[in-house]
Amino acid sequence: MKKKMTKGSAMILSALQKEGVDTIFGYPGGAVLPLYDSLYDSPLRHVLVRHEQAAVHAADGYARVTGKPGVVFATSGPGATNLVTGIANAYMDSVPLVLITGQVPSSFIGTDAFQEADITGITLPVTKHNYLVKNAKQLPSILSEAFYLASTGRRGPVLIDVPKDVFDQEAHFEYSVECEIPGYNPTYNGHAGQISRAIKAIRDANKPVIFGGGGLIRSGASDALKELAEKARIPVILSLMGLGAYPGDRDLFLGMPGMHGSITANYALSEADLIVATGVRFDDRVTGKLDSFANNARIVHIDIDPAEIGKNVKIDVPIVGDVKTVLEAILKKLHPGDTTGWLEQIENWQQQNPMPGAFKGTGSTVKPQYVIRELSRLCGDNSVVATDVGQHQMWTAQHFIIREPQTFITSGGLGTMGYGFPASIGAKIAAPGKRVVCITGDGSFQMNIQELATAVNNRLDITIAIINNSYLGMVRQWQDIFYDKRYAHPLLEGNPDFVRLAEAFGAKGMRARNEQEATEAIEQAIGEKGPVVIDFVVEPEENVYPMVAPNRPINDIIIGGDRS
Amino acid sequence: MKHVLAVLVEDKPGVLTRVAGLFSRRGFNIDNIAVGETVSPGISRMTITVEGSETIVEQVVKQLHKLVNVIKVSNLSDEPSVMRELMLIKVNAEVGSRSDIQQIVETFRGKVVDVSPDSMIIEVTGNEDKMEAIKLLLQHHGIKEIVRTGKVALLRGSRITREHQ
Ligand SMILES: Cc1ncc(C[n+]2csc(CCOP(=O)(O)OP(=O)(O)O)c2C)c(N)n1
Ligand SMILES: [Mg+2]
Repeated sequence: MKKKMTKGSAMILSALQKEGVDTIFGYPGGAVLPLYDSLYDSPLRHVLVRHEQAAVHAADGYARVTGKPGVVFATSGPGATNLVTGIANAYMDSVPLVLITGQVPSSFIGTDAFQEADITGITLPVTKHNYLVKNAKQLPSILSEAFYLASTGRRGPVLIDVPKDVFDQEAHFEYSVECEIPGYNPTYNGHAGQISRAIKAIRDANKPVIFGGGGLIRSGASDALKELAEKARIPVILSLMGLGAYPGDRDLFLGMPGMHGSITANYALSEADLIVATGVRFDDRVTGKLDSFANNARIVHIDIDPAEIGKNVKIDVPIVGDVKTVLEAILKKLHPGDTTGWLEQIENWQQQNPMPGAFKGTGSTVKPQYVIRELSRLCGDNSVVATDVGQHQMWTAQHFIIREPQTFITSGGLGTMGYGFPASIGAKIAAPGKRVVCITGDGSFQMNIQELATAVNNRLDITIAIINNSYLGMVRQWQDIFYDKRYAHPLLEGNPDFVRLAEAFGAKGMRARNEQEATEAIEQAIGEKGPVVIDFVVEPEENVYPMVAPNRPINDIIIGGDRS
Repeated sequence: MKHVLAVLVEDKPGVLTRVAGLFSRRGFNIDNIAVGETVSPGISRMTITVEGSETIVEQVVKQLHKLVNVIKVSNLSDEPSVMRELMLIKVNAEVGSRSDIQQIVETFRGKVVDVSPDSMIIEVTGNEDKMEAIKLLLQHHGIKEIVRTGKVALLRGSRITREHQ
């Protein structure tokens, strides 16, 4: 009997369904027309963005909220190159994505054909892996590998480039979600001997801290983390990527460390005798000057990626494995040490160094931090917050209380302005039952503002809070502090009227210029249907404090700001 | 210090680019690289010489492991192994200087593989030191061109570097 033959494009869509995909973020064009043609008959939801970069960020937001790979379609050439920033962003933050790009027909590859770009070459350094498909026979195994690679081990983006003729080729389709790749065998269970050493280190420590990052969230280790912290009475510090892994309002939580971290977190890391580092990669924004980082501590480092262990900081107890699995193994034999004195010391630091000021405006003005605190108070539980990049991002990390994992979405490693708004679209699609707030800047929002059309079109209830300081605020802050206030082009002269712009897109627009208006606008916006843009006109020259200058020890802190 | 890594890779398109790209983007220095087939179909072996401290080479090895097409990485410098490289040298060889060149070649157990009226091509195999020594001795005759294969290496004894232990 003859085997049933399936077209390449149809194989791709069936594979997506078998992988449990429900939504695709994409943008069509010549080279993917056959794929889109098959999509016409498919039950899969396709969200048409207005720029391919936004498709990746939206898929990334979707992936961070669900833990499942986000899926993107784009055409060859400019469609594919528009994806690059989004892919690099996902790679830096270890976000699972599967991206499918069209390519010029096989026979044209290498001829500088119309809309040809070597996207596998271009994305080589920013993907976990990528494929250029030669024929339709390869598709089932490549798709299965791509999903497996994206969503296991250290997560990351995987790109599949499909020449136009391959979408139309027919081949036998047999799909298995399971797959084996000879060169890919992530280690999940930590080494028993090292785990015993970690347990002993925790028992013997007098001044321990847990320092956790995005790995906690990707591995679903939040409950294990809480149990460890609370049973052993160890304070918790979370990197920007880790926020939400431990509730931000519990006593043992000391905040974020590093450049704009809390004073207590930075002091605690500097004075600790043991750091239990879980799913973090000791980024320079966290460690400050490396030679002075955590000089008093032994460091246990648990991470799924062996290459992260010992990369920046010398490690005493290395444990390669899935953070959750390893923490659970530690919990089984945990001997809490005595941390009473240490917790008192920390309590003293907390009291001597509260977050500066009450952030009161002058009456006719409002401070950005005040707006974020109000957003935190009024949006409360059951919300997902996405941020853009800049001062507003740091203020959100400092002042918005994040209680649950997968509810704080931000561009950490790459620091991509323009990420937040499309990511909030992906988040809302992933979690329609949650309140989604995008906290953005007047600069960042304009980097993907066209997505208002996508949000309106899909009737997404998203509160978009623009912290409008008329500046590329973070740039102005560095010029203020390190360049003698020589403000070389951070002023956003000619900003649009965001309220009327929102209305032009068919969204709702509001403006708030003082504290009372701010509170009222938030209260009103969260009850609205569809996207609402609130233009918070804030005091323009506010700086983010505390601050550690780059490459300074993290306990050398510029306290700054209003301490009233 | 120099380290010689044996890297077994899946013989897939672009695998050399992936490996080379990794070195350049992470700022590691490749001294040389030699690629060829193995006894297992579909698997190639790269011999890569890198310069760097223990910590750097440890990072190189770990980062190589992360490439999906890389199956195995071993550092042969940690173990007794045989290392060889082949070099071809085209040297000026007027009639009067030929016997001197011949003598040098014999001392190094090299071979003359081509002779023309005013030049010779010499083939030598060996380790780094031997290559440098013969180059030095032939220098004053005037070396016109050199080509080297890059180092290849195997563990001594019956142990082998293969894709699964
Ligand atoms: C794509 C991109 N370009 C440039 C930068 C550098 N940068 C970092 S923060 C910042 C200013 C952001 O301005 P805005 O969005 O208004 O936020 P604010 O700092 O004012 O809160 C800039 C330009 C960046 N992070 N990303
Ligand atoms: Mg701004």
